[in-house]
Amino acid sequence: MISLAGRDILHTWGKFVFTGIGLGLLIGVTLTMAGVYRGMVEDGRVLLDNSGADLWVVQRDTLGPYAESSSVPDDLWRGIRAMPGVVQAANITYLTMQVGLGEQDVRAMVVGISPGGSGEPGWPPQLVAGRQITRGHYEAVADLASGARLGDRLKIRRNHYTVVGLTRRMVSSSGDPMVFIPLKDAQEAQFLKDNDAILMQRRRTEANPAFNRPAVPDLLDAVIASQTSNSYVNAVLVRIAPEFTAQQVAEPIRRWKRLTVYDRAQMEGILVGKLIATSARQIGMFLVILALVSAAIVAFLIYTLTMDKIREIAVLKLIGTKNRTIAAMIVQQALVLGLIGFVVGKITATFAAPLFPKYVLLVPFDTAAGFAAVLAICVLASVVAIRVALRVDPAEAIG
Amino acid sequence: MKLPSLQRRTLALIAVIVPLLLLFVYVALRSGPLAPVAVTLTTVQSRAVAPALAGIGTVQVRYLYKIGPTVAGRLQRLDVHVGDRVRAGQLLGEMDAVDLDERMRAAQAAILSAEAGLRQAQARQIFAQSQARRYEQLVSVRVSSEESYATRQQELAVADAALAGAREDASRLRAELQALRAQRGNLRLLAPVAGLVAARDADPGTTVVAGQAVVRLIDPASLWVDARFDQISAQGLAAGLPAEVALRSRPGQPLAARVLRTEPLADAVTEELLAKIVFDALPEPLPPIGELAELTVRLPALPESPTIPNAALRTVAGQRGVWKITDGALAFAPVRLGRADLDGQVQVLDGLAVGDSIVLYSEKALTTKSRVHVVERIAGVAP
Repeated sequence: MISLAGRDILHTWGKFVFTGIGLGLLIGVTLTMAGVYRGMVEDGRVLLDNSGADLWVVQRDTLGPYAESSSVPDDLWRGIRAMPGVVQAANITYLTMQVGLGEQDVRAMVVGISPGGSGEPGWPPQLVAGRQITRGHYEAVADLASGARLGDRLKIRRNHYTVVGLTRRMVSSSGDPMVFIPLKDAQEAQFLKDNDAILMQRRRTEANPAFNRPAVPDLLDAVIASQTSNSYVNAVLVRIAPEFTAQQVAEPIRRWKRLTVYDRAQMEGILVGKLIATSARQIGMFLVILALVSAAIVAFLIYTLTMDKIREIAVLKLIGTKNRTIAAMIVQQALVLGLIGFVVGKITATFAAPLFPKYVLLVPFDTAAGFAAVLAICVLASVVAIRVALRVDPAEAIG
Repeated sequence: MKLPSLQRRTLALIAVIVPLLLLFVYVALRSGPLAPVAVTLTTVQSRAVAPALAGIGTVQVRYLYKIGPTVAGRLQRLDVHVGDRVRAGQLLGEMDAVDLDERMRAAQAAILSAEAGLRQAQARQIFAQSQARRYEQLVSVRVSSEESYATRQQELAVADAALAGAREDASRLRAELQALRAQRGNLRLLAPVAGLVAARDADPGTTVVAGQAVVRLIDPASLWVDARFDQISAQGLAAGLPAEVALRSRPGQPLAARVLRTEPLADAVTEELLAKIVFDALPEPLPPIGELAELTVRLPALPESPTIPNAALRTVAGQRGVWKITDGALAFAPVRLGRADLDGQVQVLDGLAVGDSIVLYSEKALTTKSRVHVVERIAGVAP
């Protein structure tokens, strides 16, 4: 038995393949859109993975340190380190700001990491070039996405930092590249105003008679010194002992230290559920629309492909071909069209993904789901075409 | 030879479909989670690590003299300006004496008046003495009464007491004048040592409280750097070690220096050790006091031992170690680390041997199941 569908495809293969490629580009866009959403979630996940923490201790009743600002005193970690089940506790600061790189500036998340060397919570878990920070000041490890190269000088506030190491895929939840610098520098960067602002603040303090008292000449200096120092960090990252569960360690800190503590699952909930919720819904909405448009276009394509050969179908009916055979031909053609479209779509999505400014993650599950959806849409779309084909009058063949 | 038209079409279709399928298979295997992770390798080498400590500090002086009045008052004159060099004992300025000179004149007059009173008392005493002597003789020849003689004796005793009182009064007034003179001298602001005027905090006419500095003198030869080293990376910091000081205003021109002493008191709030670093030769021109300096203290080189770059370190399940590659298979090897230098070389005390092949850089986190793809350098990293 010969394959009617195969014969027909071979007959007009150019048109068929190009239609498939066109459809494939559309499917590619849909897959990429799904990848954009997955990329956003993944950005949040890598942020948590890279911090290397099991628990995040933040200011009470805040969603810090990523979704909300939080500040805790920088000597708090000592008390937390002494709590049962805590193996490591490290201060950390996060500040998204413009970082000067040569003539330009890039938006980056500046992470202040506590001294102690690689392996402390908060340190970059792996590098792609260079080395980890060894000096306590004025060295930086930057992400490749920032455009920095080894040996570059970064300007953060008034200080210059030498890039000694590079990372890949170390980004904030909004996709900004991370720049790791020593904690003390970061504390200063977070708090330190520009020189004009400092001078103005000094003048304001001087003008305040409560601080500038002739009888106590040292008071003004002491007040100004206390105004220009920062002893706060954004969070304390905690690593717990394997024999404890996160809740067993978190509960005493919540209860006795009166701080808010998040574990990994809660943090993921905050990042995915709160921080990127609206943008994710936006992308999801777009994805739904794209899927509907793709389905409509597939239906049109198959309908027009069928209409193009309506005379041939009439001839088939005239010579007594079974309805089932005609329906099978149309469905098979639709499926082959879907298959070509899917293959082209997957290839375009994969090659287009690295071109996007933000991370696009193509998950195999999405690809499989996309494949099933494409085939389902093709089958559904061919139903309309089949109905038209079966209702054709055989007389049209000679009409 | 002419191919049948159907066969030509089939060939053309295959020519389109087959590359498409091959590309698809390539894409499915080489991207996404199934793709191998690009890594670069390095070997454990035996080398001598020369640890160094990095810290920051500010330029300070060992001796800072704050010169000001010991009592509240108004500044009358100030003869020196910032940057002047002064001798030891040089008069720098003077406080307003207000009524001190008048009080000294009054004291002098009071002394003169007391001396006149003294002379008066002396005259009275001499007279009382001669009277007493005369009545003594008269009583002995029974010309005068005993009572008159007793009266003369009593008058002599009173005159003696009055003379002693007048004498003490005079010496008290002289002492008071001395005190006023000393106070007057105390209003002069003198340089205790030879030095450089670093600040002039008040100008003539300003009222200053007791103890407030009017002029600050420094001894430029006593310039040092108030250094701070993080406690966690200050192992081996000791007096006498050579150091390099890079001033913020002169980057790239490190100055030779050495550690003078480490402070017995550490900063408990900032978790830093404090040390003082002195220059081998005073830099010219003198750096301003308070300038930021970056410090590197060199420790003696340690004997050769297996070392790895710190970028190779990973933490897996709370353990610090490296990914070792033996015959293409990945295995996590926990290590115990020794000292490290500022170039990122770390000694390995335990867990690795010289010549072991380990993962240096990797695109993403590795697991034992990761497929790796060894490259010269990770894509996107400039040479």
